Amino acid sequence: MSVAVDRVRWALHPLNAVLLAGALALFLGALLSDIAYFRSYAIQWSNFSSWLLAGGLVVGAFAFLCAIVELFRTRWRAWPVVYALLLLATWVLGFIDALVHARDAWAIMSTGLVLSVIVVVLACVALWIAFTGMRAGGAS
Amino acid sequence: MKRLHLLATITLAVLLGGCSGGNAPPEQYGANPQLPAQQRGLLPDMVIAKPAAWGDHLPTVPQGYTIKAIATDLRIPRQTLVLPNGDILVAEGRGGNAPSLKPKDVIAGYIKAKGTSPVKGGNRLTLLRDADGDGTYEMKTVFADGLNAPYGLALVGDTLYVADQDALVKFHYTVGQTHADGAPVKVTDLPSAINHHWTKALAASADGRYLYVGIGSNSNITERGMTAEVDRARIWQVDAQTGMHRAYATGVRNPTALAIQPGTGALWAVVNERDELGPDLVPDYLTTVRDGGFYGWPWSYWGQHVDPRVRPQDPEKVASAIVPDYSLGSHVAALGVAFSSPAVGAKFADGVFVGEHGSWNRSDPVGYKVVFVPFRDGHPAGDPIDFVTGFRGKDGLTRGRPVGVSVDPRGALIVADDLSNTIWRVTPNTPSAAVKPAAPATTTGAAPAASAGEAKM
Repeated sequence: MSVAVDRVRWALHPLNAVLLAGALALFLGALLSDIAYFRSYAIQWSNFSSWLLAGGLVVGAFAFLCAIVELFRTRWRAWPVVYALLLLATWVLGFIDALVHARDAWAIMSTGLVLSVIVVVLACVALWIAFTGMRAGGAS
Repeated sequence: MKRLHLLATITLAVLLGGCSGGNAPPEQYGANPQLPAQQRGLLPDMVIAKPAAWGDHLPTVPQGYTIKAIATDLRIPRQTLVLPNGDILVAEGRGGNAPSLKPKDVIAGYIKAKGTSPVKGGNRLTLLRDADGDGTYEMKTVFADGLNAPYGLALVGDTLYVADQDALVKFHYTVGQTHADGAPVKVTDLPSAINHHWTKALAASADGRYLYVGIGSNSNITERGMTAEVDRARIWQVDAQTGMHRAYATGVRNPTALAIQPGTGALWAVVNERDELGPDLVPDYLTTVRDGGFYGWPWSYWGQHVDPRVRPQDPEKVASAIVPDYSLGSHVAALGVAFSSPAVGAKFADGVFVGEHGSWNRSDPVGYKVVFVPFRDGHPAGDPIDFVTGFRGKDGLTRGRPVGVSVDPRGALIVADDLSNTIWRVTPNTPSAAVKPAAPATTTGAAPAASAGEAKM
């Protein structure tokens, strides 16, 4: 009974879903650009990374706001809290990654690449929980 | 406006939080500067000059000297040239068209612009004249207009050379002239794509046959890619007759001013080194420029200190890098150099004056003054001596930023200030006995070599 109510209450809002997916795509783009720069030394990839990260941070910030709204909507249930915290961690590390990417030329490496990997992994986990966490919670 | 200012201060404070060392800077003058380990926090240190009006203030000069503003309301004066009759030419302009490549460039550009003059660059040469020799330059007139960010100036005989940001051009000049006869004639194009460092320094060889043009790099440390650095970070030797050129020296990150040493005819340069390796790296330097010499940029600095930010690395180039002669200190931003003369006075007779625009990326700002580097036997000997100070107060209020320096035949030092848009003139109170015959407006007695040396910037 309560499981059914829970399910209804925490269906991810479409706006939140699109923001989350957008942030993931941008962070993933940054990671791919980083890999390209790491392999080629071609500087333009690092410029792409910088802007993709900036975009990911903007979209990610709105996704995080949605997650906060979600918290109140679901009265602080466990999974929405985990989801919000994951988004926050993604954003903070993404911001540090952006600062690292503000360094000149190869000074970005390898810290920037490692951070980009972590950010993408965190964003993936957040997305996973956002779409399946509720069901997982319901099953228990 | 006030609120904007506050916002900028807060932004800076936030940006800067926890990345400044605060220790006393290491001894970084002379041939063997201490070079600390490289460091770079998450954010670069940035402390931007807070522009303020001079009001009743004046720059500070040593005892026995007087400073006076001889021209104000200019449009970004950079370099000056003292003509044979004592007239002063001032190159005014602001160049560069480097696009912002990263979010960082957008933010840094905004912050850095707060520490400079809002005036639009003049793109012209202004002539100042003190006809009666009383030290007041009563005539201020536009000598030539429609130039493209002119910077380096040199006079060879009756030819005036001007280094625009994209070309070396020349005018015919006769002593006493107050306006150019016509449009300038191009000697040669200069590398101008992007123009991250746009200033083109200029000096004429002692015999007038060659012109040396300083061409800065197109980035701090190759962050615009290696292809942007073709023909950059070097000093060209241009044949004055044909306009043909060759690279005279390479690996010189940003040679902002050149001068020919009187007597020896040697080419000297002040060079601005790379940023973002810490508050005490890398020292800007003063050096003789060796024909064919490689000075490290971008692969290494101060000889064989490898810069890890450059990929691919080049150990062979690093091994061949020349150690510069004299460190002026990190981030001082030397933009002017001029050899002194006995007319300046005994203590400052042998050496060079260096105009230091001042740092923007150091928590404890440095520069913002004109120093004198004493020479002995034709080489630097001893620490720099402050010659003109007081441009930046302890409160951070900055009233001026020195750029080009020149020494005039009467023993006065001419300093261009591109923040307050002023030309300053520092004069010895008692004219030196050594130069008694130097009548105010006629300096025909100077030897060709000396006049070419005078003509350096």
